[in-house]
Amino acid sequence: MARSDDSRAMIDRYRWWEVVLIYLGIAAFLFFLLAPFLEGFLVSLKPLAQLFSSPYRFWPENGSFSAYVTMWQSVPGFARYIFNSFLISTVATVIVLILVVPAAYAFARFDYRGMGLVLGAFLAVSMFSGAVLLIPLFRLMRTLGLLNTYFAMIVPGVAFLIPSAIWLLRTYMMRIPVELNEAAYMDGASQFYTFRRVILPIARPGIIVVAITTFIGAYAQQFVFALSFNSKTEYMPLPVGLFAYFGKQEVIWNELMAASFVGITPALIIIFFLQRYLVGGLTAGAVKQ
Amino acid sequence: MIRNRQNMIFAWLLLAPAIAYVAVIVAWPLVETVRLSFTDASLKKVTNYVGWKNYARIYNDTFFEVIVRTFTWTFFSVLLKMVIGTFGAVLLNAAVPGRHLFRILTMPPWIVPMAIGIFMWGWMYNGQFGMISGLLQRFGLVDGPVAFLAYGNSAYWATIVTDVWIGVPMVTIYFLAAIQSIPKDLYEAAWTDGASRWTRFRRITLPLMMPAIITMSMLSLIATFNSFDIIWILTRGGPSGETTTMIIDTYQTAIGSKKYGEGAARAVVICIFLSLFSLAYFRVTRRLAATEKA
Repeated sequence: MARSDDSRAMIDRYRWWEVVLIYLGIAAFLFFLLAPFLEGFLVSLKPLAQLFSSPYRFWPENGSFSAYVTMWQSVPGFARYIFNSFLISTVATVIVLILVVPAAYAFARFDYRGMGLVLGAFLAVSMFSGAVLLIPLFRLMRTLGLLNTYFAMIVPGVAFLIPSAIWLLRTYMMRIPVELNEAAYMDGASQFYTFRRVILPIARPGIIVVAITTFIGAYAQQFVFALSFNSKTEYMPLPVGLFAYFGKQEVIWNELMAASFVGITPALIIIFFLQRYLVGGLTAGAVKQ
Repeated sequence: MIRNRQNMIFAWLLLAPAIAYVAVIVAWPLVETVRLSFTDASLKKVTNYVGWKNYARIYNDTFFEVIVRTFTWTFFSVLLKMVIGTFGAVLLNAAVPGRHLFRILTMPPWIVPMAIGIFMWGWMYNGQFGMISGLLQRFGLVDGPVAFLAYGNSAYWATIVTDVWIGVPMVTIYFLAAIQSIPKDLYEAAWTDGASRWTRFRRITLPLMMPAIITMSMLSLIATFNSFDIIWILTRGGPSGETTTMIIDTYQTAIGSKKYGEGAARAVVICIFLSLFSLAYFRVTRRLAATEKA
């Protein structure tokens, strides 16, 4: 053991130029991934006049956070858009959990004929994007009278969040020992009682991870359905609400970037505090495939 | 596992709500798309069956151009995601101080609302005040402003770059997990035999990552083929149709021009391709699982 620890430490010892190369590579990689946020942030700090002046300036001159104050007037629906985004994501997450928790348990514990096929069918759902099914979904929403309501954006979105949630939670639940079921059976517990009182409490950490990833997915996906099934400003989620401003001639870019930046902070906060659970949960779901 | 009839009913009851939901929201619309593709459905009240007319109408040069463009666009995007994802995963796996922070910093493009990330790219590509054009001018690489989204060729690549940007974090994290699951003994043995870092990467990391790379490129192929938000927000398929992929084309026909029947025919063509990809995906992953066991 001690010897292998030694050699592992030796393998991981880099020469100075290797360290420099690694950091340069990471810097380039992260610059690519973070440049749009940097750009958005810098733009939100620049006074509007400076944005349109040439030559190009990278750093803002006389930068200020005033756009973060004035945007509330320029984008009057802003608070409402954020509220809508949260409401849509929360309701979608609750519905997904109600559907997925029992289903994932069934896939993790039982293997009756036909269930493999059903699991495959669920996974196949993720192969189709909402954009392909827009026409019948539009007509379905119209028939159900859901057009221009929150549900027009929630109901179709939920279906596309189900596959990865099932897969993730199933993987988690498969690690719960079957012996627990057998012990509960010996004690005369019904299957339903075992599910509610034995499995659900143990599966809680997994369910929380699935809830978080589903919420993030729901928050991130809000575009196609909201664009196509809702035209009421008061129900728009943030991305679509802001998109309306991008089409206009007189775009107040610094304020719009400020608004965008505020809109993504919830997601950024979630990553920062929960990334350990997220990476663990997401990769567990993915790698086992 | 105790198998009896009662348990079987219980298992199916657990599944029933999710099955019913997906049947109504995905399966039925799929069937309905096929039915609509044989009709002249539009905003008009009356809908007639028109046979193969919709398919005959889309069977023309522009549609083939759109199909070819969709495939090349998808190909380059997936290729770049795999290359950059491998690059990123190997770097993030290096035992250097700060790597935990770097891993967190890869995630934002994946997790923030997609549309908002795309708005920011729209700004980056702006010729007058965008970062890319600005920096290129500053370093003297171009003479004047470059409006990336205004020309077909640059708009095509700009939309690919944004798609890669959104896809790379997931690919990287997935590859990183794959690299970390490679047994450390292999590296130690190779190290003892005097293999260089590059040789260890070429002979150990890359071959053992291959199943992950294949799985991810198939998944990524499907996701990229379906990519809608990026192109719609950045170019709406323009300039003059140079970034119109099959999804964009379908959306324009169905939702833009309200020709539901014709749009449905286009959607059916997409579904056929997607089904082929999914079949290939399931076959490949099954074969990978089989070779792993052997």
